[in-house]
Amino acid sequence: MILLVPGSYYTGLSAVLFAIGVTGVLVRRNPLVIFMSIEVMLNAANLALVAFGAQFRNADGQVLVFFVMTVAAAEVAVGLAIIVAIFRLRPRLSVDDLSAMRW
Amino acid sequence: MSTSVWLIPAFPLAGALVNAIFGRAIGRRAHWVAVPATAAAFVAACVTFSGVVRGATYTGQLYPWIVAGALKAGVSVQVDQLAAVMLLVVTGVGFLIHVYSIGYMQSDPGYARFFSYLNLFVFSMTMLVLASNYLLLYVFWEAVGLCSYLLIGFWYQRPAAAQAGKKAFIVNRVGDFGFGLGVIWLWTVAGTLQYAEVFARAGTLGRATATGIALLLFMGACGKSAQLPLHTWLPDAMEGPTPVSALIHAATMVTAGVYMVARSHALFERSGVALEVVAWVGGVTAIFAATIALVQTDIKRVLAYSTISQLGYMFAAVGVGAYTAGIFHLVTHAFFKALLFLGAGSIIHALGGEQDLRKMGGLAPRMVPTAVTMTIGAAGLAGVPGFAGFFSKDEILAAIYDGGSLGLWSLLLLGAFLTSVYAFRLLFLAFYCAPRMSPEAAHHVHESPTVMTVPLMVLAALTVVTGFAIGIPSGEGTLFAQFLAPVFPPHEVEHGGFGAYALLLLSVIVVAAGFLLAWLLYATRPVAPEDLGRPRTPIHALLFNAYYVDRMYDAVIVRPLFALSVLLARGFDAGVLDGAVNAVGRAVVAWAQGLRRVQTGYVVNYALTMLLGVVALVGFLLSR
Amino acid sequence: MDFPAVSLRAILPAIVILTTAALVLLLDLLPPRERKGHLAVVSLAGVVAALLATTWLWGGESRAFRGMVVLDGYALFLDLVICYAAGLVVLLSMDYLRERGLESGEYYALVLLATVGMMLMASAGDLIVVFLSLELMSLSLYVLAGYFRARLASGEAAMKYFLLGAFATSFFLYGIALVYGSTGTTNLDRIAASASRDSLMMVGVALLLVGFGFKISAVPFHMWAPDVYVGAPTSVTALIATGSKAAAFAALIRVLVTSLRSTQPDWTVLLWGLAAATMTVGNVVAIAQSNLKRMLAYSSVAHVGYMLIGLVAGGVFGTGAVLFYLLVYTFTTAGAFGVVLLLEHAGGEGVSLADYAGRARRHPILALVLSLFLLSLIGIPPFGGFVGKFYLFGAAVRSGYIGLAVIGALNTAVASYYYLRLIVYMYMREPEGVEAVSTPSFAGGLALAVALVGIVVLGVVPTPFIDLAQAAVTPLLR
Repeated sequence: MILLVPGSYYTGLSAVLFAIGVTGVLVRRNPLVIFMSIEVMLNAANLALVAFGAQFRNADGQVLVFFVMTVAAAEVAVGLAIIVAIFRLRPRLSVDDLSAMRW
Repeated sequence: MSTSVWLIPAFPLAGALVNAIFGRAIGRRAHWVAVPATAAAFVAACVTFSGVVRGATYTGQLYPWIVAGALKAGVSVQVDQLAAVMLLVVTGVGFLIHVYSIGYMQSDPGYARFFSYLNLFVFSMTMLVLASNYLLLYVFWEAVGLCSYLLIGFWYQRPAAAQAGKKAFIVNRVGDFGFGLGVIWLWTVAGTLQYAEVFARAGTLGRATATGIALLLFMGACGKSAQLPLHTWLPDAMEGPTPVSALIHAATMVTAGVYMVARSHALFERSGVALEVVAWVGGVTAIFAATIALVQTDIKRVLAYSTISQLGYMFAAVGVGAYTAGIFHLVTHAFFKALLFLGAGSIIHALGGEQDLRKMGGLAPRMVPTAVTMTIGAAGLAGVPGFAGFFSKDEILAAIYDGGSLGLWSLLLLGAFLTSVYAFRLLFLAFYCAPRMSPEAAHHVHESPTVMTVPLMVLAALTVVTGFAIGIPSGEGTLFAQFLAPVFPPHEVEHGGFGAYALLLLSVIVVAAGFLLAWLLYATRPVAPEDLGRPRTPIHALLFNAYYVDRMYDAVIVRPLFALSVLLARGFDAGVLDGAVNAVGRAVVAWAQGLRRVQTGYVVNYALTMLLGVVALVGFLLSR
Repeated sequence: MDFPAVSLRAILPAIVILTTAALVLLLDLLPPRERKGHLAVVSLAGVVAALLATTWLWGGESRAFRGMVVLDGYALFLDLVICYAAGLVVLLSMDYLRERGLESGEYYALVLLATVGMMLMASAGDLIVVFLSLELMSLSLYVLAGYFRARLASGEAAMKYFLLGAFATSFFLYGIALVYGSTGTTNLDRIAASASRDSLMMVGVALLLVGFGFKISAVPFHMWAPDVYVGAPTSVTALIATGSKAAAFAALIRVLVTSLRSTQPDWTVLLWGLAAATMTVGNVVAIAQSNLKRMLAYSSVAHVGYMLIGLVAGGVFGTGAVLFYLLVYTFTTAGAFGVVLLLEHAGGEGVSLADYAGRARRHPILALVLSLFLLSLIGIPPFGGFVGKFYLFGAAVRSGYIGLAVIGALNTAVASYYYLRLIVYMYMREPEGVEAVSTPSFAGGLALAVALVGIVVLGVVPTPFIDLAQAAVTPLLR
């Protein structure tokens, strides 16, 4: 594979994506959106893995990306299930409401 | 000999287990298990002792407990002269107190439980004395602490008792924290924890290392033996049943610290500084506690402070290298202080639970055996010539004088005067001045049953004869010192000669002066109860409140720790620390997508804290 | 095309559990559909079979999937710990779930799947496997935490655990990416061989520590723990507190001491700080807690701090001490949560300190057993907790980390306060209100008995176990 742009651009982009994901987690209230932000973080990592893999010309990175995608899908399933379960008990959904347990 | 040694702890352990498991079925007959178990342990201890007298010492291992590289700490025992003496005291006094408890605890619902704990204590204490390495010593050090905790809180229906038990446990943990570290440190530098090997290598340790280790060990001793600044638990421990106070908090467990320091003398001597510290802590504690004892109104608290003070004497003796004098005082103190506590218990029993000196008085004619034996006990404590305490205390004073530490010596001489004052004050207030209790209470006063008075008489006899039997100084030291000579290095004390007699005379004068003062204050005129409990002068108030040490600890340590805990709990989980977290949150947000205000949600809070952690970790590693 | 030779030996214990999980799901569909007691028995049999497989494999070392899975003495030791944790949890769950009418095949299957994840974490030879097994464990636990669907607290616990866990996992994954970027491999041994120390590696190490720190609940990544412990079903709490921590420690130790050896001076300092902060915060905050599960949560945080001490000390001695402590901790914590579980009311109440006032009067045996677990947590001989702490602090002093040992010892003194308070409440307070006396079932009693025997044996004859632990870590350190 020939890199059209230098490898550092990919890692830079992945770092930016990751930061956007982190910010999304911190500023969003809705668990669904928070979860989407986490997905962005995972994909930032994926991008980095692919880029590094291309750089080193070995398959470890790419292989891991496939696994991560599968795991992310599983996480979506579990996450949605949990959200739905809570939604049944309490329709309005914001993570701020989930503060019965504290101190 | 090997069998008799292992039997000493085995009997009480068996007794404890039987009463613990079958307690419900055994009920009122619990003493038929516990008392013979202790008696058997005493017999075994006597057999062992006679073996040691013939010169046979014993070391043996049950099984290797912890093996870590070169460290081998087994469940192993060692009987030498020092251990033999301690065993006799523990099982002997323990036996008497078991007998006494039959009467004292007669109508208590937790009869079997009490004897189970008591036997467990005797087991743990004998193992503590028998242990041949520091790790095993530490284990049973904790175990006696646990028994003490269980027994102080024995009457758990009283909130004060539960509180006192907890306090004793936690204050001791503070001391044990030092002890544990000392043991670990010792292990890392000496590579072994066996007494014999450690002492053989003590000379090779660096002086600073030896000082550090010795001071950490002494920290444990301060906790267990209630020396400054960890003394506060002992007066509160008086919430426990009186036989417990006599056995654990006067005669045996609290002396474990003295035993440990004496046992480790090679380490302390290697340091030098540590010995000095031991001596001064002991000396200061002795006088500190004695002043408090002067004004207390609770009969058991007077005795508790007196115990702290007497333990101070033992440490002072050990600290100047007069180990035999310290251990001798340990033994005589075990006799007369156990006697005093049991006598106090007899009074409390007679007065239906009253322990306030203000409501006593005039008890002598109504309970003659208690009065006579307690008078002997007080004389022993005060150091009246002829009684055991006189010999042992004089030995200590002489040793310190010879050691050249005049400051310490005068401190302890003053302490002897105070001891005499409070000992006789207690005696007069309880027995010999006009009654201050209500008429109907006075009517109910009765002497305790024989099962309680006989132990008193035995202890009184011991208080009278011990000094004459083994404490008379001679050219080669006392008989007691000669017996312990294989364990301790010889401590040269000039006996005889003008100086020694002058010292002797001086301490007699001091005791007499104390007696006179107490007599003038409390025996020549009727004492009004109001005069005792209400401080008139600031100094009196200071003493009455035990120098406010408890309150100070409360304000300086306990409260701030609680406040910190609540603060952290709220801060970490939501709330107080939001400010800090928000500030970072705002920065993050501003950096990311402009000024969207953070409405702190809890999950977000957690995530922010995690991010803080991430930033800290990454920043740290990148900066390296 | 030739396939690499696959040695199933290396994943035999995991396969046993996995098969059992599948079997449980299958049996769940077959009659009798009302009573599910047999599913627990099958699960338990699977765990016992895995234990037997572990013992059968003992002493050997097998690798599979090109070094991605390594079943060495270290993994086997931790399999043992994890299997015990899983077994105790299954035992404790039986009546707990039945009384609440919530017995189902999924529950046991999820517990078993989480166990598979934990075991694979212990034997992961590649960061990919670490990640996958971590996710397998975590996803199962997220669901289990929300298992009490009708209870909002349970849902809240699941949600918090899930969101924060996924958040932490993303950091972890990014850390893997960076380490890969620095070394060009995800294989643990080859990472070690590259001995890279550039800034990519440094950030990668930090992010990996974040991921592990979350799973072991080290300060400041611990904040989910109290909420999740309280909200989750108590049996699941026990699993999270023991098994998942053991597994995370297993992977953490392997990754740190084998593949990140070149950066040891760096992470040692980091762990020093984490250890000190973790034990101090855990213990101090535990003092203010009035909910028992919450208190035990903070207590478990504090114990993680103690274990990190061993990791800082390093060497066969320190690392071995961590493994030994994990074993002790698993028995003690599972036992303590077990008692809490048996005394819990069906509605999830009865876990506040006030509820424990006078418990000793009504449940003398349970109160005594809980007291013994608490004494072990304080570190009173002759229980395992004492010996474990002795080894940990001893290792620290040996390696010259006297300051850390002092902090640790001071912490144990502070900790005795809140443990003791619980004992005082049980024994020395009058009970409040009346409640029915329930006797613990056979399964619950068996679980407690196993845990109790465990801590006593580990305290009285620790030497063989310490030898095992040290033998297990020795190959890692070569």
